[in-house]
Amino acid sequence: MNIRTFISFFLMGLILVAVQIFLLKNLALFGVALCFLYLLVIFSLPVSIGHISLILLSFGIGLFIDVFYDTMGIHAASATFIGFIRPYWLKVISPTGGYDDNNEPTLKEMGMGWYFTYAAPMIFFFSLIFFSIDQWGTGGFFGVLNKSFFSSTLTFLLAILVQLLFFKKRRGI
Amino acid sequence: MLRILQFLYSLRSFLLFVLLEVVAVWMIVSNNSPQGAAFFNSSTALTGSVLKTQSDVVDFFTLAEANKELTEQNAALLEKLTRINPPVDSVTFELDSAFEASFKFKSARVISQTLRFAQNHITINKGEKDGIKPGMGIFNQDGVVGRVKTVSKNYSVGISLLNTGLLISSKIKSNDVFGSVNWDGKNPDEAKLLYVPRHVKASVGDTIITSGFNSIFPSGIQIGTIKEINPGKEQNYLDILIALSADFSRINYVYLVENTQIGELDSLYQQAEIRNEY
Repeated sequence: MNIRTFISFFLMGLILVAVQIFLLKNLALFGVALCFLYLLVIFSLPVSIGHISLILLSFGIGLFIDVFYDTMGIHAASATFIGFIRPYWLKVISPTGGYDDNNEPTLKEMGMGWYFTYAAPMIFFFSLIFFSIDQWGTGGFFGVLNKSFFSSTLTFLLAILVQLLFFKKRRGI
Repeated sequence: MLRILQFLYSLRSFLLFVLLEVVAVWMIVSNNSPQGAAFFNSSTALTGSVLKTQSDVVDFFTLAEANKELTEQNAALLEKLTRINPPVDSVTFELDSAFEASFKFKSARVISQTLRFAQNHITINKGEKDGIKPGMGIFNQDGVVGRVKTVSKNYSVGISLLNTGLLISSKIKSNDVFGSVNWDGKNPDEAKLLYVPRHVKASVGDTIITSGFNSIFPSGIQIGTIKEINPGKEQNYLDILIALSADFSRINYVYLVENTQIGELDSLYQQAEIRNEY
């Protein structure tokens, strides 16, 4: 990872987190669909990134979001899980011939079909963990499933949209 | 020994993952007890000022509405004031200390709040510097909003009424039956009135107000109206659903109330070995 890609990733992370805090925090479509667009930062990091740094980074981003959401630890716990399973999931769905060293798992590089199998399950698991922790003790597994399904749908659609609009092929943002 | 270390090293990412998850869960647990002190949340200086700037921008667009609400409330207060101003009379006498006003009011602005979780919080733009203390009640012109949890120098974070951990001592206005209002984590417009015995005759549309028993709120602040009454699953209590009168999706300005005698009350309770349930 050279300095240029590092800076572009840093800027992308900053922008996405700012959008999450200022715009998406108060958004809840029909009361059930929340949007966790900042996950796109974790998803778009290069394939070659180390597992340890990926987990630490996910935890850091989650914690940062938590501070603004006043949901201490919930985002951090779910994001850390995503950071942990990402390399395994990438291995499971690796295309024939494997990844290049500087591959970035983004929509423009890998195509729509691959990206759906890559991002959709992880977003759904993130939402499931997030709402399970949040609704802990209030009962109603159906409510958790309901919120997770619609939130992950919205997040996935928005993630696709953002990548189509703002991501260039090669070079992060 | 070397084998063990090698084994642990090969598991290093999993171990880090478990460690971070434990840290996160610990933070969740320590943050969610209503009385517990939180370490960092939106009342810290940096996050507070960021959220305040955001709400400055957003509030600009709702100024007209906020103004209208404030003037309406002013009018209502003026009307009340003229009604209770006592006429000067030769038999005017000093009030006993029992009738002294024991509540102090302050106003503040909400700079951030959440609605869609099971544990919702609100952040307001006043803190220790302005005399805000943990435990003060928060309400607006429509009804009860929450209770202050932690205070920093310039900001404070309160537990919203939309938080499954907050119980508010309340009563049905028409027949003075006591109960506790608690949110069930589902709909931000509705809450439950708990611990109302089965024999009580309540009807749909009755007003629920604060009871003044837990010495956070003075009695008589509106909470909501009864929407539905069902015989509860438990044998002894009714299952009452209330429609909250405060519209949590657009809370701008709030009032804070402090009971100046709460210290005395607390020490009294302690002597009598009563645990005061907030």
